[in-house]
Amino acid sequence: MSPPLQLVLSTSDWLSLFGHYLMLSLMSVGGAISTTAEMHRFLVEQHGWLTQAQFNESIAIAQAAPGPNVLFVALMGWNVGMNAGSTAAACLGVLVTMLGIMLPSTTLTYMAASWGHRNRHLRGVRAFKQGMAPIVVALLISTGLILGGANHNLATDWPIWSLSVAAGLIIWRTKIHLLWLLAAGAVLGWFQLI
Amino acid sequence: MNAPHSPALADDPDQPRPQSLSDLFFSFTWLALQGFGGVLAVIQREMVERKRWLTQEQFLEDWAVAQIMPGPNVVNLSLMVGGRYFGLPGALSAMAGMLAVPLLIVLLLGVLYTRFGTDPQLAGALRGMAAVSAGMIAATGIKLAAALARHPLPLWLGLSLVALGVLAVAVLRLPLVYVLLVLGGLGCTLTYRKLSP
Repeated sequence: MSPPLQLVLSTSDWLSLFGHYLMLSLMSVGGAISTTAEMHRFLVEQHGWLTQAQFNESIAIAQAAPGPNVLFVALMGWNVGMNAGSTAAACLGVLVTMLGIMLPSTTLTYMAASWGHRNRHLRGVRAFKQGMAPIVVALLISTGLILGGANHNLATDWPIWSLSVAAGLIIWRTKIHLLWLLAAGAVLGWFQLI
Repeated sequence: MNAPHSPALADDPDQPRPQSLSDLFFSFTWLALQGFGGVLAVIQREMVERKRWLTQEQFLEDWAVAQIMPGPNVVNLSLMVGGRYFGLPGALSAMAGMLAVPLLIVLLLGVLYTRFGTDPQLAGALRGMAAVSAGMIAATGIKLAAALARHPLPLWLGLSLVALGVLAVAVLRLPLVYVLLVLGGLGCTLTYRKLSP
């Protein structure tokens, strides 16, 4: 494909990209997806390193692909590099954005988890970890509801809702492998049955 | 200090554990590759029900930390599981497993997308998988709620906090940080008072 933008990126541009993702990493409580608005401001509006379409596609593809959703960051880096003219630049883009988004948050989490584990008999640590349990359950249920409720029109979207509910009930009550359910969803969608 | 987490195993010597760094890498790779539309629903199924490296309670506790810290929750959790058994090398192996192969697949899909992205059948298949994965995530939450029966707080109180949380996040769409501070703070304070010093 020929890139929709033709960029010339200097070393300082790459450093600025890296620095920005380092900062975003520290703000990404709840996952990198919660900082997408800021990524959009930086990449699309401020610098024009990505087009709006490339930005949206990066998120949609990573959501559909297997693996953690954070990989949309790699696709953005890839696209910035492709816009700068070469596959080598695209690989550099992936490296810079992924290292940036992962390094600070994983370092912090590792240190915090190690500390918490060494002090796991402290009353405060136990109270934090166990006291959060109801909220964790609530967040999981809410995430499912929000994702499943993305299609708003009850009259036309009831088949897709039924699929979500059926999948949820089957997972809850049986030990069937998740891949079978995903495959069933894919087949139903492929033949436009939902 | 090369395995600062290993005393955790003293809790239950019969609990299965990862055998090696490559076991961690490949387990998390396989886990990540099942996670279409996110790994969240898969990680509980694999860690708690299939591999049994974590109990329901341990999963909820670790997930609370993974959720509170910045960074992708599922990557944070893989880091914590790997670190618990093999220290820093374990954390890095688990994280690399979670990211390396899926990264290559995502890039490949990105390149292919420009050719096939507008195909309605493909879009339909993705929509179907996303709907299944939404149901999977909600079911994961419902299954983990069973662990609240063994929680220091009385069950009715735990379930009330769950209901308030769902109301705040899924219905009222309040910002996560306030929900965590207010409801999380309430849960932690009430639990603190129930625990023996």
